[in-house]
Amino acid sequence: MEFLFYMGDVFSPVNFGLLVLGTVGGLILGATPGLSPTMAVALLIPFTFQLEPQQGLILLGAAYTSTVAGGAVSAILLKIPGAPANIATTLDGHKMATKGEGAKALQVSFLASAIGGVFGVLLLIFLTPVLAQWALAFGPSHLFWLAILGVTVIGTLDSSSVVKGLLSGCIGLWLATIGFDDIMGAQRFIFHPAVSGGINVIPALIGLFAIPQVITMFTKGRTKDTAEVITVKKHPIRFAFIEIFKRKTALVIGTLTGSIIGLIPGVGGQIAGLVAYDQSRKFSRESEKFGTGHSEGVIAAESANNAMVGPSLVPLLTLSIPGSPTAAVLLGGLLIHGIFPGPDLFMNYPQVAWTFIDSMLIGQILMCIFGLYIAGLAARVAQVPRAVMASIVLGLALFGSYSVQHSMGDVYVMATLGIAMYFLERFGFSAAPLVLGLILGPIAEANFIQGSMIATATIGVGVYFFTGWLNWLLICIVTASIGYSIWMEVMMRRYTTKDEAIAKEEALS
Amino acid sequence: MKKWIAGAALALAAMAGSAFAEGHGSYPERPIMLMVSYGAGGATDFQARIVTMTAGNKDALGMPIAILNRSGAGGRVGWNWFATEAEGDGYTLGAYNIPHFIAQSIEGGVSYSADSFEPIANWGADPAVFVVGADSTFNSMADVVAYAKENPGGLTFSGAGLFVGHHIAALQLEKAAGVKLAYIPNNAGGAGAMRAVIAGQVLGGVNNLSDAYRAQAAGNVKILGVFDVQRNEAFLPDVPTMMEQGFDIDNASVNFRGVMVPKGTPQDIIDHLAATVPTMFENKRVQSRMAAGGSPMHIMTRDEVLDMWAARQVTLETLLAGL
Repeated sequence: MEFLFYMGDVFSPVNFGLLVLGTVGGLILGATPGLSPTMAVALLIPFTFQLEPQQGLILLGAAYTSTVAGGAVSAILLKIPGAPANIATTLDGHKMATKGEGAKALQVSFLASAIGGVFGVLLLIFLTPVLAQWALAFGPSHLFWLAILGVTVIGTLDSSSVVKGLLSGCIGLWLATIGFDDIMGAQRFIFHPAVSGGINVIPALIGLFAIPQVITMFTKGRTKDTAEVITVKKHPIRFAFIEIFKRKTALVIGTLTGSIIGLIPGVGGQIAGLVAYDQSRKFSRESEKFGTGHSEGVIAAESANNAMVGPSLVPLLTLSIPGSPTAAVLLGGLLIHGIFPGPDLFMNYPQVAWTFIDSMLIGQILMCIFGLYIAGLAARVAQVPRAVMASIVLGLALFGSYSVQHSMGDVYVMATLGIAMYFLERFGFSAAPLVLGLILGPIAEANFIQGSMIATATIGVGVYFFTGWLNWLLICIVTASIGYSIWMEVMMRRYTTKDEAIAKEEALS
Repeated sequence: MKKWIAGAALALAAMAGSAFAEGHGSYPERPIMLMVSYGAGGATDFQARIVTMTAGNKDALGMPIAILNRSGAGGRVGWNWFATEAEGDGYTLGAYNIPHFIAQSIEGGVSYSADSFEPIANWGADPAVFVVGADSTFNSMADVVAYAKENPGGLTFSGAGLFVGHHIAALQLEKAAGVKLAYIPNNAGGAGAMRAVIAGQVLGGVNNLSDAYRAQAAGNVKILGVFDVQRNEAFLPDVPTMMEQGFDIDNASVNFRGVMVPKGTPQDIIDHLAATVPTMFENKRVQSRMAAGGSPMHIMTRDEVLDMWAARQVTLETLLAGL
């Protein structure tokens, strides 16, 4: 209960001021496409030079927490995920916004974020020593199977058919091979200097999601009556609370999946949201509503990506190994003040460590309060005329993709992928599986190569990838996931009438 | 309006002309950019931010230095950009990592070599060390090599990638001990390589002294040897060098970090930077922050760095010739 002892420190005027600053700033940074949590934390580190270690960490912790949640704002309102963690939020969140339920979607998303986030931090507080061992249990073979599990999700994610989902996943996997490969340094498909470093996920994300939106907005603005404006239904916060407790299954699945995946080093928040979304769809009684603007989709995705924040710090705080890019930046922030994280961190610097963790706990709640407040305001974004909106989004897309590493190459990549995606969407392909392929490709590949290098030097590839309970557990989940997808597809075919199929095609074009 | 524009354009041209005529007397006139070819939060980025934090002081450059990360492909993306596209106007600096970029240029497939850049000054030297898990049965390099002799090609050990300092150290060890080893390059850099050691996925690993020192302090690893010509008195006075343990290994794998500019930068700007930048590294605040972060400093002037680059080029060419 040591964490309660240091809780008072969070509320000292300077600390609390910094916490509020970090939270509000983080929400704004997070809502800007292209500014991922990692970038936001890296941008803030120079400001912590002048602060006490404790204060600096409060600022960084608050910013980390709230950028992850802030990404949901642009995901819901503009269909542009603020960071890879928010991809799954776009699937149902944006559909809700177009139905006029933007305010509801935002409220539900912030509440789910806060609940998931608090749970994650509580795990960090109470179970750190146990979890540290679990984080180390994942070797190359396990990470490989985990990535394969992600690949199985691709087929059923937000596409008109499994085949199209798999095809766009394959395009994503191919895009992931471009550039110098991670391990051997071999050059693959480098047809232009802009792609020599590979396709950066952030510009790809912006291009694939934002540009088709922009083009659609422009074309509709010309052909249809521009006065057509989406209404925003008022949604009292009280109803958001009721909604979220009615959707317990999604909340529980999201929170648990997020916490478990957050722990696994190297996989992190990028896929937590997507896996949680997929799992809660499989367990939901209304699974057919997913993808049409169903609040369960938002709840699962957002509770997962915030639940992952706390556990993702476990390997950093106990073993001094950063488990995610953001944790690596935080490690820099700790070292600069002469604090070495490790098992004795809580003994040597209890005040710093516990205040940091406490501030993340309070930060989740603050984030929720501010988030609910801006939800009412931000939902009005939907009322901005299309032409204006499209220009703003285009500006943000350019800014966001350039700012990742100050490179015009990334802007070209963003534009090319975006225009290609516009046409692919006409044919019923979807951006989410493509991005998932892009993210999972390198994880699967690098871990397979590393695993087989270790295996050939020691016990052989077959034995290495197919023994041990963790490998088998993952293989079983993979098989179950594939089986479920096939079964669903067969059932769908059996019961879909010709009229429904035609209506579905027309809705897409 | 047209007249006004024409006038403004003339004035601008005149200003540009006069600035050109004056030479670089008032350099620097605006903030300077330092390109780091690794991601934010990595050791190079972290140290670059510390050593440049006093650039804006009157006794240093008088203008702040902003860090720009261009990461990817083990640094190749950033250095490719720096060699081919960066402007040689003194406002674009780059951070170098030796032996990384020289080894990569020898391997080929990149558009830079040691001749593409002009060094300014060196700020740090981070030697590679050999680590094993805390519960490992290996207690010295002799144990490690004995195991490798019994199981040729079966001693798995991790490092940050191919053609980086860790890989060079691995090659040197293989050559000096006369055994075949299984070097496993990690895609998540030094941190990933360290995790593989602590989790027991590999039997040992080559890692940065600064990171290994922290991991040892945390009780996670044992450090068996330093790939340098002398012991590190500041952090690891008790760990013997490879030479002391009977392996003929020099400091070719030591990760030197410093500042450079692209070829074609005016000589007077290079001279100005070469005179000021080392004093900037010597700043008390910089030194104390670096020490607090566990980052060993090693300040070298431009001439010393030029010699070091030339020496590395020769060593690495012979070492990598067999690959």
